[in-house]
Amino acid sequence: MAVPPSPNSGPVVQLSSVSKTFGDTKAVNDVSFEIQRGEFFSMLGPSGCGKTTTLRLLAGFEQPDEDGGEVRLLGEVVNKKRPYERKIAMVFQSYALFPHLSVQRNVAFGLEQRKTPKSEIGDRVRKAMEMVRLKPDTFARRMPAQLSGGQRQRVALARALVLEPDILLLDEPLGAIDLKLRKEMQLELKSLNKQLGTTFVYVTHDQEEALTMSDRIAVMDNARVAQLGTPAEIYENPRTGFVAKFIGESNFFDGTAARRQGGKWEVERNGGGRFVVPDHPALSDGKSVRIAVRPEWMDVWPPSDVPAGENAVGGTIRDVIYLGETMHVIVTVPGCEDVTVAVRNEGQLIKPLPWKRGDQAAVAWLPEDCQILEEV
Amino acid sequence: MGSPRERALAWLYSRPQARAWALLGPGTFWLLVFFLVPILIMFVYSLMPRGIYGGVEPGFTLEHYRRFFDPLYLDILQRTFVWSVACTVICLLLGYPVAYTIARGGKWKNMLMFLVVLPFWTSFLVRTFAMIFLLRDTGLINNWLLKLGVIQEPITMLYTPFAVMAGLVYGFLPFMILPIYASLEKLDLSLLEAAEVLGAKPAERFRRVTLPLSMPGVVAGCLLVFIPALGSFLTSDLLGGAKQMMIGNLVQNQFSAARNWPFGSAASFIVMALVLVAVMAYLRVKDKTPGEAP
Repeated sequence: MAVPPSPNSGPVVQLSSVSKTFGDTKAVNDVSFEIQRGEFFSMLGPSGCGKTTTLRLLAGFEQPDEDGGEVRLLGEVVNKKRPYERKIAMVFQSYALFPHLSVQRNVAFGLEQRKTPKSEIGDRVRKAMEMVRLKPDTFARRMPAQLSGGQRQRVALARALVLEPDILLLDEPLGAIDLKLRKEMQLELKSLNKQLGTTFVYVTHDQEEALTMSDRIAVMDNARVAQLGTPAEIYENPRTGFVAKFIGESNFFDGTAARRQGGKWEVERNGGGRFVVPDHPALSDGKSVRIAVRPEWMDVWPPSDVPAGENAVGGTIRDVIYLGETMHVIVTVPGCEDVTVAVRNEGQLIKPLPWKRGDQAAVAWLPEDCQILEEV
Repeated sequence: MGSPRERALAWLYSRPQARAWALLGPGTFWLLVFFLVPILIMFVYSLMPRGIYGGVEPGFTLEHYRRFFDPLYLDILQRTFVWSVACTVICLLLGYPVAYTIARGGKWKNMLMFLVVLPFWTSFLVRTFAMIFLLRDTGLINNWLLKLGVIQEPITMLYTPFAVMAGLVYGFLPFMILPIYASLEKLDLSLLEAAEVLGAKPAERFRRVTLPLSMPGVVAGCLLVFIPALGSFLTSDLLGGAKQMMIGNLVQNQFSAARNWPFGSAASFIVMALVLVAVMAYLRVKDKTPGEAP
């Protein structure tokens, strides 16, 4: 999944042990990562996790604490630099279009500030508007108040891209537009990223959005990076319970590592029964362990028909939920939270699922689909 | 159904026009009786011959309007105009930074605004008298300067143009600060951040974003200062003495001491017409130069 950075370039963004404190609150706590040129890098997390503050540290609206590490852009330490001294562009959550200036003047603003020759400005503004698919002839003279939300979004994007920045910061830019347009813009942003070679640093709380667009994702929790990796790594191999729960859905089982055999571990489940899980460095004899399993990797069987070699727990069907594309079967299992199993919907009118509330059933999955969490 | 009150309300709700009149009525009535009628009376007076013992006599004349164009009165008019413009400009230069700072004042915002309006708790008359104690030859300022040895002789400040200007600016400054504060206070801070990230240094950011977006407040403030300054008479009377007459003093004199109501009325109407022309011209110019083209 990861697109390798072009070979002739180092990281364009480097954070080393960056911290930012507001009053008594650590908004960003010892965060380090590097972003390669051309990467689509997302910071994902719930509100208050520190993602926006991290972005504002990159933009220069905030500065790290006195002993709060180092922010480097294009190799240069920028801790003390003002935003106008940094070679970045930014798209704001509220778009922040200047209400007293036409679309044309909004897009030209940054070029004018950077003393671009007048003859060049007109051309570049046109090109930027075409790039975000706003017809210059129709929109150049309009005022921001005369535009729809989606159009404002595009103007904000054109205003940033017209500067041909090395780094583009985006602060939840799609939060305020409707779902259909949002999906469309996600794909457009991703293709702009690839086409222009600009590094995108994207902040969002929407896990699906991050998975769709990103080359790599930093999942943030409680002012720290909980996990950093490609979408597949994050989804298929979450390191902590927080990541497993925040990105996609997960079922959790607690147990104790019992013994290692043939490159696999046997785990005693706390509510009874035993599982086989893949080897993992965090496991050792007698250590308590938490396992996460994605709903779509599980299946529901009659109690006596569980396939050999699969892990299984027995329980009672609590609910069968119709979601369209998938069906969720919710099973009450003694000794743990209710287990959700996602089954492909093959047509409930023709081929209905055989389960109804109160039925005895077993939930089963393959040992390799167990995700062993490092933090219990 | 229901009490008379409920029935009346239901009746009002079902008739939007009646509702509009019910809301507009009392205010309209007040203005009609206490503003429009007196002003019409004044207009009629300004066109009638003066009575011997005050009042008017039947007849029609333009004499009062003609009389105003005497160099003596034109001088007063010119002075009034220049002072009002100067007062407006000084208030703007002093008031904008204050409004700007308060709008960015964080938790002190309400406290600072309270201080700005605090003078209104005392009558303007009392405050102007207080300035006499400050400015006169044996006043607070001269006393201090003498004591500190900065000056040997008291500086005459009372009954000079300086005293009038000081009084006018002092009196009208809050009317400049309040509307500018209101427009700066609702300024979206992300616009300033956007300007900064687009390469605008603080001075440029102010010129291209903050100032144009606070223009409605500036315009309102200028009108709220200029118009009352033009009509003021108390300040020039108390702090300027007879030498610093403004048009307001002239009108007041004609209505009181001189007992020449028709001439006082004519002077008022000429000033009113000039204010109207000046304000229209100002708004026209302002609309044409909003800082930069959209």
